[in-house]
Amino acid sequence: MPEVLKIKNLHQTFEQGTVNENRVLRGIDLNLEAGDFVTIIGSNGAGKSTLLNSIAGTLPIQEGQIILKGTDITKLPVTKRAKNISRVFQDPKMGTAVRLTVEENLALAMKRGQHRRFRPGVKSQDRKFFKKQLAQLNLNLENRLETEIGLLSGGQRQAITLLMATLQRPDLILLDEHTAALDPQTSITVMQLTEKLISEQHLTAFMVTHNMEDAIRYGNRLIMLHQGRVEIDLAGEDKQNLTVPKLMELFQKHVGSGLEDDTILLA
Amino acid sequence: MAIGVYLTFRILDLADMTAEGSFPLGGAVATMCIIKGINPILATIAAFIGGLIAGLVTGILNTKLRIPSLLAGIITMTGLYSITSRVMQNAANVSLLGKKTVFTIAQNWGLSRNNAVIAMGLIIALLVIMLLVVFFKTEIGLAMRATGDNPQMSAANGIKTQGMKILGYMISNGCIALSGGLLAQNNGFADLNSGVGTLVIGLASIIIAEVLIRNLSIGGRLLTLVVGAIIYRLILALVFQMNVEPSDAKLASALVLVVCLTLPNFHLPRNLKGGKQNARSTKD
Ligand SMILES: Nc1ncnc2c1ncn2[C@@H]1O[C@H](COP(=O)(O)OP(=O)(O)OP(=O)(O)O)[C@@H](O)[C@H]1O
Ligand SMILES: [Mg+2]
Repeated sequence: MPEVLKIKNLHQTFEQGTVNENRVLRGIDLNLEAGDFVTIIGSNGAGKSTLLNSIAGTLPIQEGQIILKGTDITKLPVTKRAKNISRVFQDPKMGTAVRLTVEENLALAMKRGQHRRFRPGVKSQDRKFFKKQLAQLNLNLENRLETEIGLLSGGQRQAITLLMATLQRPDLILLDEHTAALDPQTSITVMQLTEKLISEQHLTAFMVTHNMEDAIRYGNRLIMLHQGRVEIDLAGEDKQNLTVPKLMELFQKHVGSGLEDDTILLA
Repeated sequence: MAIGVYLTFRILDLADMTAEGSFPLGGAVATMCIIKGINPILATIAAFIGGLIAGLVTGILNTKLRIPSLLAGIITMTGLYSITSRVMQNAANVSLLGKKTVFTIAQNWGLSRNNAVIAMGLIIALLVIMLLVVFFKTEIGLAMRATGDNPQMSAANGIKTQGMKILGYMISNGCIALSGGLLAQNNGFADLNSGVGTLVIGLASIIIAEVLIRNLSIGGRLLTLVVGAIIYRLILALVFQMNVEPSDAKLASALVLVVCLTLPNFHLPRNLKGGKQNARSTKD
């Protein structure tokens, strides 16, 4: 399997040199192969979002190296990485431009990382394609192409954001608690859609979640961040045989007696 | 002009003070070009280009040099004062008496002076609106609107948000300078101090237009802006009928603006549309 992402000795420290110095990532080494779907768990503040922000380029990298498909992207700005990396944020408001219509948002995403010109943003053949794509969401959105996206519900928007992230196949997709703001039913719908899109397009993915069952059910690899390091990294059968109690037990073993109760993980 | 202010205020979510400088600049450029014997239509286009450059300066100050937008606008506005003064060869007023203007062109079609102004004004306004509507539906136009709406998402989709902002400043100030150029031709003179209150008038027109009709497509919104501007003028005229001292004029128009801004809030205590709330934060 060809390697898609290589993270070498990644460090991130906030407010360096002050009393508030916060060493959030302390040497992350990770290799992802094509088609890897990695779920990430860890307590609040463990550095999960920081890790994704570093990969996407919204946080400049202080130490370490990130290599995507053989290219060193450590110093590239967000806009340059966007061609190869797509994201879905936790807040459904974050992923779309609310005052643009559904089709305009989709059109924007279809040009992710490409040169934009003075030519019509939404063409009629695009519309047909968008309709087909929206139809597979089963949310009755295929006839609302011209609705302002701000008028849709959070779940509908999140589903569209997911679609936007995959309209142009990315080398890597980053999902940061993308179902956390949704009600349980919608959350299941969006998770199923996530799995469908990822497996159909053979995407390489990172998915941060606080839902241990989701972390175990989805993906082929699970990692846990703790105090800025990868504490648990399970793939293949080890991952398949996981249960929530087993995972808790593993966590205790790795982290030691410093753990007061389950809330740290489940928070 | 309202359209120009609308562009930065609503699309990019900024109150751009450059307006107060690009408006007289447009007047000066158009006037001086006409005096030099240049075709008035070309002179008006030159005014537009002058505004583009003014916007470019503010845009660069704001994005590349990271000066807050309000300050960047004030800086450009201040600098423009000298530049406009230079363009007008250090005179505070330059007369266009007896020269050919875009309005005399319309008069040559056999229209009365008043009708010529209305006809030409409408033609140009419609032309600008049409161009903008087409522009905002292009790939670049979509990217610009997304940038004002959600910069983080835009960057994540590979949009160069800084470039988009600069372009937005440019087009916006181009429109404002264009209207400055038209007003000078209508008045028959360019006035160095005509910029004072530009932003306020523009904002008032926007708010009135938005109070009148909510939730419009871009094209419809741009059209209602013209109506908003006219209504604002009418309200002001009404206020002045009540025997307001000329020196109190500015105070009166400021008060009218306050009323316009707050009225919608009383009717609809919670306006959940993003635009309105963001707008408030830019003014704070
Ligand atoms: N831009 C920033 N500036 C300063 N500190 C930051 C910044 N971003 C994150 N941090 C800090 O880094 C730490 C890790 O934050 P991060 O958001 O990565 O955690 P997380 O694992 O995603 O947590 P959660 O589960 O709550 O989302 C926190 O202590 C946070 O305060
Ligand atoms: Mg997080």
